[in-house]
Amino acid sequence: MDYIDPHIHMVSRTTDDYATLARMGCVAMSEPAFWAGYDRGSVDGFRDYFRQLTETEPARAAQYGIQHFTWLCINAKEAENVSLSREVIAMIPEFLDKPNVLGIGEIGLNKNTKNEATIFLEHLDLAAKYGQSILIHTPHLEDKYQGTRMILDMLCDDQRLDPDRVLVDHVEEHTISEVLDRGFWGGMTLYPVTKCTPERAVDMIEQTGGERLLANSAGDWGPSKPTAVPDLIFEMRRRSLPESLIRKVVYDNPLEFFSKSKQFNFTPRG
Amino acid sequence: MTNERNGDAIVAESFLDVRAKLLEVAATLDRIDRACQSETLQEAAQSKRDLLGEATKILLSDAPNRAEQLQQLFSREYDADWREQFGFTAN
Ligand SMILES: [Zn+2]
Repeated sequence: MDYIDPHIHMVSRTTDDYATLARMGCVAMSEPAFWAGYDRGSVDGFRDYFRQLTETEPARAAQYGIQHFTWLCINAKEAENVSLSREVIAMIPEFLDKPNVLGIGEIGLNKNTKNEATIFLEHLDLAAKYGQSILIHTPHLEDKYQGTRMILDMLCDDQRLDPDRVLVDHVEEHTISEVLDRGFWGGMTLYPVTKCTPERAVDMIEQTGGERLLANSAGDWGPSKPTAVPDLIFEMRRRSLPESLIRKVVYDNPLEFFSKSKQFNFTPRG
Repeated sequence: MTNERNGDAIVAESFLDVRAKLLEVAATLDRIDRACQSETLQEAAQSKRDLLGEATKILLSDAPNRAEQLQQLFSREYDADWREQFGFTAN
């Protein structure tokens, strides 16, 4: 089955991974900007990273017939450096017209601090001013519930933002209802230890019906599995769930959400 | 949406997996207890150990949302007044 991974960090993966994903049916992916494992020292470090996301990765993906899209921001972890964050936010518009850019992301909270919230709000302002869709990172483990609620508070405070153009990622059993009930899209991240297994993700699909729900691998430089979405497809088939529902979660929903970005230009496999 | 498989099928296919996970939990608790014969847990570790005990009580309940309840148990509380604490003015 053709599928789309809406959240995967290919800058951290090898070309072999592109080949494997292509063989497993991945036809498109979106890569949000994130933390590199170390704090970057200057705005030029981010400018180079955004060139990698908008030039290098799409070319690398295209060699395997995969269409690569991206989201730009300074991540919540580096948002503790408020002055650098503001320089990066001011520089982002240089890249918003690049053909594979879908919007602003993954912005959010990490430890739910004041600086993170300040920079999150400034990203929301940027997205509103430039009419961009938004991809949101919610914190992990004990910080997830509190951070998700704070993020939803800030999103709902801003009347300029349309919930239908916001994907709130890394939802789990205790955050999924609030995200979907308030009209946002929800992303389930299949990631060892800190997030969600394919089995639990399928439980959530069964309980919600899969409306406005996406699944991703968040494959990155940490312990993660870039082929996690095919694992989810396999688990859904094992439970005899309808192919139409599988396709909805791994293909139709990402397409529908991405289509809200004016630059999204996708060619389905003929 | 309801699962097409019935309960019998789910028990049959998940039994060995859950059995193995429960054994891991049991063996880990035993391991902690053995280590605690010579020295007691520090406060931070003890509160985590207490959370694990609370979690097993949730597993024994009949609630329909045990996974969600475990998530809540392991979560920091949300305080609706967070904006005031940060000195943000809410719209
Ligand atoms: Zn990510």
